Amino acid sequence: MNAGAEYPIRARGIHKSFGSLDVLKGVDLDLKSGEVLCILGPSGSGKSTLLRCINHLERPSAGLVLFYGEPVGYRQVGDKFLELPEAKVQKQRAAMGMVFQRFNLFPHLTAMENIMEAPLRVLRISRQKARARATKLLDQVGLEDKADTYPAALSGGQQQRVAIARALAMEPSVMLFDEPTSALDPELVGEVLDVMRALADSSAMSMIVVTHEVGFARGVADRVMFMDGGVVVEQGTPDEVLANPKHGRTRAFLKRILE
Amino acid sequence: MQPPAGSVSLNSLTDEQLAGAKLHPRGRPGTWVAACVVTLVALQVVYSMVNNSAFGWDVVGKYLFSPQVLTGLATTILLTIASMTLASILGVVIAVSVVSRNPVLSTVAKGYIWFFRSIPLLVQIIFCYNFAALYPKILLGIPFLKTFYEVDTNQVITTLSASLIALSLNESAFMAEIVRSGLASIDHGQREAARVLGMSSWVTFRRIIMPQAMRVIIPPMGNDTIAMLKYTSLVSVIALPELLYSTQLISSRTFEVIPMLIVASVWYFVVTTILMFVQSKIETRFSRSVAT
Repeated sequence: MNAGAEYPIRARGIHKSFGSLDVLKGVDLDLKSGEVLCILGPSGSGKSTLLRCINHLERPSAGLVLFYGEPVGYRQVGDKFLELPEAKVQKQRAAMGMVFQRFNLFPHLTAMENIMEAPLRVLRISRQKARARATKLLDQVGLEDKADTYPAALSGGQQQRVAIARALAMEPSVMLFDEPTSALDPELVGEVLDVMRALADSSAMSMIVVTHEVGFARGVADRVMFMDGGVVVEQGTPDEVLANPKHGRTRAFLKRILE
Repeated sequence: MQPPAGSVSLNSLTDEQLAGAKLHPRGRPGTWVAACVVTLVALQVVYSMVNNSAFGWDVVGKYLFSPQVLTGLATTILLTIASMTLASILGVVIAVSVVSRNPVLSTVAKGYIWFFRSIPLLVQIIFCYNFAALYPKILLGIPFLKTFYEVDTNQVITTLSASLIALSLNESAFMAEIVRSGLASIDHGQREAARVLGMSSWVTFRRIIMPQAMRVIIPPMGNDTIAMLKYTSLVSVIALPELLYSTQLISSRTFEVIPMLIVASVWYFVVTTILMFVQSKIETRFSRSVAT
């Protein structure tokens, strides 16, 4: 029916301004099924905002995001798009997992309870099923022995792995990672990237990863997108963008970050 | 730096002697001095109270468990529990309204808090009891258009209902501020994390925000509950026989003013002690995740 239906995500002409500040100035983005897209760029380039526009955490000032052909946050009436009530948007959002820079685990719940909460309350599956799913996911992120530990007693890397498991518990078809390793001590970055790498390799998960980890992008990404000043400067395979960047701004950024 | 003049070098001691030196921590004489002084003063106070017939301890003992006093005590406890319960529910609703994105709701809620915090509780109790003087009838319906239900104010407003309404409404304004501070203490990321997991605002509020806010809310709420226990004594002005008024009824008959005030004080003291214990239990419960 729709040519874009094979694309989990198609965004066109995304603009976002906060007051007089234009953060996104018309960004197009396609994500194919099973594809891993890494977005690189200096801070303030709008990459996090773009990610938050994709799941309607921020309402784009202009432009539309399609999720498997369906407009995110809107319904079409004639030639108009009317914003959906929050409850409807929540349904769409639940199909896109998101991992934050600062983990945002629920501190009053144990690792296990963090993972079980949304399947129980949103998908309304049984407690046993939720527990079984959470146990499997904790195992997948290598934290099966931390099930009953509260976030405060976990290291940053462990917290982020629980956060990834929590997002996966909703069985999303797309995962959005917002600088998942930027708040971590250097020696803890590897364990989180390993979990993400395994996720990219083992499943048909489509992923958008906003990151500063050039090594990860080179090794795991199917496509790399470089953003600066609210626009996409260039994109292509990791080889094209990271090894032979065409654009001066990309070269300058890579030079700065690889030093 | 050189050691001060006159100090003796111990470099001649062997390693074993240094490692095995007998150490004596500094004593804490201040603690003992304070303990002695406090004990002496306390003994003096107790002695003066026991040997002063004006306290009327025999009268205190006679009325402490009298049915009239115990009924008053029950009324006080019931009034405290009922008004705190109503105030908590109302307070949460008002606090959520204050932080709501709906500017009308937010303004109305702020006005409510403004009004009920501004007027003395005693005045509110008397106003509430005399509400019939302002509005003889209470009507329910669409303003200016249609009335579905009407009732005489005096039928609705009794000493008990007036007390309950005044205490609850007044406390709800303070409770709203306590809840608001609790909600404000929660990191914005918590709400976002719940949103991206598809949780509705109700589930987010009940399962994510409130359990965390409780840690901030419980201490001042316990404080207000203890205060409320004693604010209920204000309704004695409209002659509701709660603890204080029951004891006053007795002393107006027997002229034993001081002993009856002691009877009331003893009970306020006992119940407050229990409330403090309950509060500390609840606080421990809500700080589980932090303690580990």
